[in-house]
Amino acid sequence: MGIVEAILLSVITAATPLVLAAAGELVTERSGVLNLGVEGMMIMGAVCAFAATQLTGSPYLGVLAGVAAGASFSLLFGFLTLTLVANQVATGLALTLLGIGASGMIGESFLGMQGIKLQPIAIPLLSELPLVGPLLFRQDAIFYLSVAIVAGIHWFLFRSRAGLKLRAVGDSHGSAHALGVDVIGIRYLAVLFGGACAGLAGAQLSLVYTPQWVENMSAGRGWIALALVVFSSWRPWRIVVGGYLFGAVSISQLHAQAFGIGIPSQFLSSLPYVATIVVLILISHNRRMTLINTPASLGKPFVPDR
Amino acid sequence: MKKLLLALATTTAVLGFAAAASAQEKAKVCFVYVGSKTDGGWTQAHDIGRQQVEKELGDKVETQFLENVPEGPDAERAIERMARSGCGLIFTTSFGFMDATINVAQKFPDVKFEHATGYKTAPNVATYNARFYEGRYIQGQIAAKMSEKGVAGYIASFPIPEVVMGINSFVIGARSVNPDFKIKVIWANTWFDPGKEADAAKALIDQGVDILTQHTDTTAPMQVAAERGIKAFGQASDMIAAGPKTQLTAIVDTWGAYYVKRTNAFLDGTWQSTSSWDGLKEGILTMAPYTNMPDDVKKMAEETEAKIKSGELKPFTGPLNKQDGSPWLKEGETADDATLLGMNFYVEGVDDKLPQ
Repeated sequence: MGIVEAILLSVITAATPLVLAAAGELVTERSGVLNLGVEGMMIMGAVCAFAATQLTGSPYLGVLAGVAAGASFSLLFGFLTLTLVANQVATGLALTLLGIGASGMIGESFLGMQGIKLQPIAIPLLSELPLVGPLLFRQDAIFYLSVAIVAGIHWFLFRSRAGLKLRAVGDSHGSAHALGVDVIGIRYLAVLFGGACAGLAGAQLSLVYTPQWVENMSAGRGWIALALVVFSSWRPWRIVVGGYLFGAVSISQLHAQAFGIGIPSQFLSSLPYVATIVVLILISHNRRMTLINTPASLGKPFVPDR
Repeated sequence: MKKLLLALATTTAVLGFAAAASAQEKAKVCFVYVGSKTDGGWTQAHDIGRQQVEKELGDKVETQFLENVPEGPDAERAIERMARSGCGLIFTTSFGFMDATINVAQKFPDVKFEHATGYKTAPNVATYNARFYEGRYIQGQIAAKMSEKGVAGYIASFPIPEVVMGINSFVIGARSVNPDFKIKVIWANTWFDPGKEADAAKALIDQGVDILTQHTDTTAPMQVAAERGIKAFGQASDMIAAGPKTQLTAIVDTWGAYYVKRTNAFLDGTWQSTSSWDGLKEGILTMAPYTNMPDDVKKMAEETEAKIKSGELKPFTGPLNKQDGSPWLKEGETADDATLLGMNFYVEGVDDKLPQ
């Protein structure tokens, strides 16, 4: 295995949870709901996926448990912000804190256990291709899902009627409501989808990235996913670009250090963030395009007039 | 119920705050942790020490702890909260709590403080540390024997003297066996991030190291080493569970005896501000069983350990050169503790530029 291939493999592993969580959050935000609880949903997904895998012996059931945990945790957020119209920012932050604490409690009896890794599935023929084969077609199910999810979101948002409704709700919930669209119902589904994706990202952490459970193991990846959504200016494919760019710079800086190129490590460690900011500036120079993509009702509470 | 309360406290204030008992007349001994008490590494080792105090002196003292306290301004608030809540003796267990501990100690002259791994003391602030570098010297020797390629990978956290000292000691040990031995260093710039630690481990292995050692807190690097089929050293706690066929040995921190001794002194009224820096001899660190290595390597490691314990061998003994080849210690000369505690340079053989 060549060094380039090795680096790219690490990049894919590092970027997949970011892409997944950001893709889910993108749909949530496109419906006009800002859920800052990604980190909390992710860590709940991680602990539940690990616990279910240990209890059943099947990492696939673990993945399901992670998705279910993320989704049900997001339901709590949905109930508070959509039904009870609580402040979205505060509720999202609380969800993160609750997730970190609750996952620590759930995970206590699973600490130090030998993890079970979700094994790669080689796709016949395609996996035999040089370079691309081992990189893209000898991966685990969660990676394949991440690609399918991003493609699916793109199709859904811009090619389907339901997606059009969801974007309408996010841009002007008042008008959408007046046209008879079920604003709250659509937002519930969007929040649930975001939670499920964050849970899946968590499952990737505890079953693929580092197959073990340690408290607080998401270590801020939920926040990076949130930043990626802004980075992408709410366009699904740009999440892939952003996530992989971030992953690539993070991994390359480690290799640069090991290679001993003599650049201070503090500077190298900050590179992924610097790169993100630079790209953000470059793509946001066209203010009109950015505004068109930003959901206009983002974070605003909706109370239907009865 | 205690667990539930703990979880609730953690969720509302990030900081978990748990009272181990509630009797009023007992003296309170408190601990401030940088990580979670179940991290499998550094903080867990301190918490095992706390439990020993509880077990041996439970009739006279009660213990309390705060976990996941970030280094920085929050630390001062957390320590002050401990002092206000009636703690008589407070152990702050991370290097980054140093200034916060000193500041709070000035406000509470009657409370005794003990800060781990730092170098600032006051009439009511003692410091304590362990000579982890002694264990790293042994690891370096084992690495040099076990490595086929003659290159080890070192996952470091932050460029503070404690970590630099460990890297140097590892290299000196390795070079005492194989004078051409090299190490590659990656600074993760974190104590705790399983994903990043695993990425660093993968990067080092991809660049050809065949022995891995770490100065970060989770078992993720050990797990990567196991997966890739190379050998590795555990850190702070015995990590054999994460790599039954991978771990050569681990430096295990055993703070319990020190905590019991200092708590006793506090109860007797004989507590004084001291700077304690014990090593393998006193048992504040121990080596996990030497596993996954041939008998001759194991024998060498045990002999070195015995020599360090008896004082016959000191890792930082000349002739030693600095990284650029300029002389540092003359033949037979030993580095003093002050130099070690302020160490900000590499010795010869480190293939890395020290971040300044």
